[in-house]
Amino acid sequence: MFRTFILAVGVLLAAQALAVDITGAGATFPYPVYAKWADAYKKETGVSMNYQSIGSGGGIKQITAKTVDFGASDAPMKPEDLEKNGLIQFPAVMGGVVPVYNVKGIERGKLKLTGALLADIYLGKVKKWNDPAIARLNAGVNLPDQAISIVHRSDGSGTTFLYTNYLSKVSEDWKTAVGEGTAVKWPTGVGGKGNEGVANYVSRIDGAIGYVEYAFAKQNKLAYAQMQNRDGQFVAPDDEAFKAAAASADWAKAPGMYLILTHQGGKASWPITGASFILMHKVQEKPESAKEVFNFFDWSFKNGARMAEDLDYVPMPEAVVKMIRAEWKAQVKDAAGKPLY
Amino acid sequence: MSAVLPIQDLSTTDSPPGPRRVQPARWKDHAFEWLTRFFALLVFSLLAAILVSLVIGSRPTLEKFGIGFLFSAEWDPVKEDFGALVPIYGTLMTSLIAMVIGVPVSFGIALFLTELSPAWLKRPLGTAIELLAAIPSIIYGMWGLFVFVPLFQTYLQPTIVNAFDGIPVLKTLFEGPPLGIGMLTAGIILSIMVIPFITAVMRDVFELVPPLLKESAYALGSTTWEVVWRVVLPYTKVGVIGGVMLGLGRALGETMAVTFVIGNAHNLAASLMAPGNSIASALANEFTEAVGDVYFAALIELGLILFLITTVVLALSKLLLMRLARQEGART
Repeated sequence: MFRTFILAVGVLLAAQALAVDITGAGATFPYPVYAKWADAYKKETGVSMNYQSIGSGGGIKQITAKTVDFGASDAPMKPEDLEKNGLIQFPAVMGGVVPVYNVKGIERGKLKLTGALLADIYLGKVKKWNDPAIARLNAGVNLPDQAISIVHRSDGSGTTFLYTNYLSKVSEDWKTAVGEGTAVKWPTGVGGKGNEGVANYVSRIDGAIGYVEYAFAKQNKLAYAQMQNRDGQFVAPDDEAFKAAAASADWAKAPGMYLILTHQGGKASWPITGASFILMHKVQEKPESAKEVFNFFDWSFKNGARMAEDLDYVPMPEAVVKMIRAEWKAQVKDAAGKPLY
Repeated sequence: MSAVLPIQDLSTTDSPPGPRRVQPARWKDHAFEWLTRFFALLVFSLLAAILVSLVIGSRPTLEKFGIGFLFSAEWDPVKEDFGALVPIYGTLMTSLIAMVIGVPVSFGIALFLTELSPAWLKRPLGTAIELLAAIPSIIYGMWGLFVFVPLFQTYLQPTIVNAFDGIPVLKTLFEGPPLGIGMLTAGIILSIMVIPFITAVMRDVFELVPPLLKESAYALGSTTWEVVWRVVLPYTKVGVIGGVMLGLGRALGETMAVTFVIGNAHNLAASLMAPGNSIASALANEFTEAVGDVYFAALIELGLILFLITTVVLALSKLLLMRLARQEGART
């Protein structure tokens, strides 16, 4: 009995000693949930995952330079860029972006907007809250004769990427005049730093409209708008609406898992949903670390859903996780060509 | 006699082993000299290295946009078309506002502290000013955004806009919806941040004025103002200008506090109430997510421009001091 105990401890210690700590760097948006997963994972396995939220741009640079075991980016890399750098990507967690406003007399969730209208507002074409284009959608809502003040992010961010990507999909004018990116040339408005900066400006300025991550809007009880989705339904942002958008996405047909979840079909889908991605090298010089990265995300997909939901993120659906595992198996190999998962 | 004795003592005890000790001391002196020279040169080479790496880092934009980068108000990360006019203007304008407000106020405070303040108030007031200088800039930024901006927006801004409505030039400078954030707000916050620096330097140099000079002037019947204007200021102008330049240097490079309140919009507006951008705040905002070589290089070039602006400002202040020194010689 005592012997088995000693043996068990010995094996455990050996496992501890063998375990390689893993490092990642990149996107700021998923940082809270990665940190929580890492904490729980460390308690269970003793392996620590060190994630630095330096921004998506930094994440891509770091993984290309091979200074980290994995990179993280809010915007997926285009398949040709993945190919060029010898990388694979997979989505790890999802979230949504919601338009928030501060107009006296319009309660939370009472304002209805369409994508095209939102684009026109941000282009500066619709200037007043009682514009006929807004009034048409919001019969019965008391719209004031007040100028619309536009608030956007001043720092580059995945939130801005999702938002402008959505506006580009629903408005031809937006696509030609502004386009999509983590930072764009805003036609008008003021820029707040981070979600908290945007939220502060929106609550400060009478008649303001802005956009923030769902988790932020929910935790700070900001007034958010309902959006019309591709199926023509007006939906309010919540976990179910994000999951619906994820479920109707066809990951199987997306080469390199390049898929942006904005403007997805489905009756209950929230139109501005997006996933945050993990980037890894296809050929691994340090197979041990790659295995640990897989172990970590494997564990997180299995056990991390509740933790993600507690933080108002949306975990990846089971079907997508299955595809991710298949992708790992097929794509990531050590120098000798042996699959690592 | 008692004063001579120790000297004699010293010479008698020290002179016999003297020559033997001089040799190693001279060697140490030499080493020390080289060490300090190395440190001094290290600063110089660091400066040069920073400049070189900034130039190398901004090569893509230097080649793509050339000198036009300085005069273009465009900032479009999607189409990769960049220009530095908006941040340059914002940096210079907010610093100018900060100086216009900060310098007279600091002068007043320093004057009060050295010439007029009752003795019991000097210490606490001086300490309070020094404490202001110790507050981290992010605190100023957050205080600005959460406390100052709402007050400014509700009370001050509408008053200013109404007061200048109808006066040709001032109307364009102070118009627009009361957002509370913008270049004027940034300038005001900056002025609060530079006041302790300028005040501290001014107070220190004012205190260096020999009491004899001041007392003579008072004895001749000068008023306090005349003493300050004719005696204290001419005596201390080098230090005063140095203090102002120190404040200007801080205002030009200030990042976090400005980012919070300037509005961070890449648009060129005549009105000071409109949101703008400064070089430092653009860098702080956009570096993390700058994807693409041209975008990254454009930000590096902004850094290079800020570097050059501060160098030019410092050089100009040195020139000014040299001219003042020459005039001084001519007068006497």
